[in-house]
Amino acid sequence: MNKNNLILYIGILTFGIAAPFLFPAFKVQLSILCVLIILATTWNIQGGEMGYNSFGNILFYGLGMYLCASVQVGMFFPLAEWTESGGEKTFVHTPAQFFQGMAVGLLVAAVVPTIVAGLIGYSILGLRGHYFAICTLGLGVAAGEISGGIEIIGAGQGFTTPPFPDVGNLESRGEFFYFLSFIVLILTFIAVRGIYSTRFKLILNAIRDNEDKAEAMGIQTMKYKIVGWMISAFFCGLAGGIMGGLVGYIDSTDVAFDGREMGVFMVLMAILGGKGTLWGPIIGATVFHIFKEGFWTFFLGWQYVALGVLIVVIVIYFPEGIMGWLREKYPERFGEVVDEKDRKAQVELK
Amino acid sequence: MDFLVFQYPMISVQACLDGILLGILFALIAYGMALQWGVMNIINIAQGDLVILGGYIAYFMYLYGIHPAWGVIVSPIIMFFVGIAIYKLVINKVVDRDLFISILATFGISILFMQLMNFAFGADVVLANSDYGTTMLFNNNVVLPNSKIFSAFISILFAICLVIYMKKSKLGRAIRATAQNARAAKILGVDTEKVYAATFGINAALCGVAGALISITFTIHPYMGLPYTIRSFMIVIIAGLGNLPGVAMSGMGLGVFEEFADYILGTEFRIGSVFLLLVLILVYRRFKLSRKREYLK
Repeated sequence: MNKNNLILYIGILTFGIAAPFLFPAFKVQLSILCVLIILATTWNIQGGEMGYNSFGNILFYGLGMYLCASVQVGMFFPLAEWTESGGEKTFVHTPAQFFQGMAVGLLVAAVVPTIVAGLIGYSILGLRGHYFAICTLGLGVAAGEISGGIEIIGAGQGFTTPPFPDVGNLESRGEFFYFLSFIVLILTFIAVRGIYSTRFKLILNAIRDNEDKAEAMGIQTMKYKIVGWMISAFFCGLAGGIMGGLVGYIDSTDVAFDGREMGVFMVLMAILGGKGTLWGPIIGATVFHIFKEGFWTFFLGWQYVALGVLIVVIVIYFPEGIMGWLREKYPERFGEVVDEKDRKAQVELK
Repeated sequence: MDFLVFQYPMISVQACLDGILLGILFALIAYGMALQWGVMNIINIAQGDLVILGGYIAYFMYLYGIHPAWGVIVSPIIMFFVGIAIYKLVINKVVDRDLFISILATFGISILFMQLMNFAFGADVVLANSDYGTTMLFNNNVVLPNSKIFSAFISILFAICLVIYMKKSKLGRAIRATAQNARAAKILGVDTEKVYAATFGINAALCGVAGALISITFTIHPYMGLPYTIRSFMIVIIAGLGNLPGVAMSGMGLGVFEEFADYILGTEFRIGSVFLLLVLILVYRRFKLSRKREYLK
């Protein structure tokens, strides 16, 4: 089993490294796929494992996006003039400035949302069930509306992120962003996998299954809930920072705090793949992205209608997700011992 | 930031009156929300989109030369059947399930409606002009459009009718019984499935009335639904389920808050302030409840 896993990981890694050269036309799509997987996986930490279904992780994503771009610009040029000129060619980043700014920007984009999550965590995570869901939904939309009114980051007209510097090769922009997102994806995967093999994950599951009982067992649930949310926020911020650079243009409600698209996507992908599993969100995100890119063109303009129908169908008829379905079908693969006699007896009872 | 509102006291009178008239409309939507929440234990994110759809019905009557005020009667009738259709297709499959499932499913319906309305009616901000004129008060310092007064009056009328209906009619009794205890109601011969469908239909009809009034008084736009959902959710959690005077009062309070936020922070922060207020109220509620819990220990 362990050997198989190793082969699987090496296979995926090789594929990941070779992918931009195998499919040079799909580099941007592959980078977006990486970002989507990061979002779905980290949503799963508190949505699937902890049972706190948040619509508000988009807050950290958008925050990271704005922070990364602002730091990248603000380190070298006056930010207000940049946004006022709409990011025209008045200021040009040299390659060194661009990469330096990107590195610092990503760092800030990861750290600040984590701190924000820690600060608001105590008040927000005290809410239970649907109150939490609606509260985080409100947070995400409020952030979008408020950032749409702040002048220095472009208000309603948007914010242009620094264009990729000319380093000689036309392909380098796509490759840079692909490998950046792929590395972050690998880091996310390693971190999440590490977390899932510790006691921490069991505590999160205990909170999901019965929070009061977990508290009665002497677990300081609030502490773990906040830490769980902070981990989500960390990677959401990183993903947002990368996505901002990749898209090249930040709008408050359509790109950054896009609760209608990205905010729902991460929930949907995790549910489609299977909540509360390691591989579920990854599979879900891949399937969803392929479906979205493959079929969106057929729906031309009807994407959101298709999205709405998709949400309803998945939620009603497929709430266990792909992993849940596989688990029911092949329980042996998941290390569950099935008593054949018992199962037959149950089938006969039905 | 604009502090005109403090320099000219008449502006605050204007804001208060506007807010109260607006808040009565919010309270009507929130009443529908409280009804379905209490009876079926689901939170309908598509509530605001039902409101906007109701508004478009009135707007279309206006386009075809019928006075939009008739929308107050036509819109709830159409919306009642829309509501029942939604119930039959989606809601009856999520009633007994986890609350998050119902939130997500209705979120999907909300996106669907938003986009369908966008296709059908275009992405323009529209209003149905009712030609009711305005009323001037306090030496012409305060301007109140008659349409707002009309809409507040109609809302109160509908709310009173509904309360009486819920108290006196057989279906109303069945709905209240189901809200108290669905299982016991079922044992005593209430067809809960029918009650649920009717409740959702009534809720949609209320949304239809409110939407028609909003299209007369304010403006409607396909994407404006979510704020109405959030407002009604907020009003219900402030007032509590089944507290009708509370719903009316907190609706008006929210309306006044919004008008003042509009004057002081500027129009671009209006919706943002509503969502932020929701977060603050939920957090306040959480601390208040946790204190109570510790006290009980």
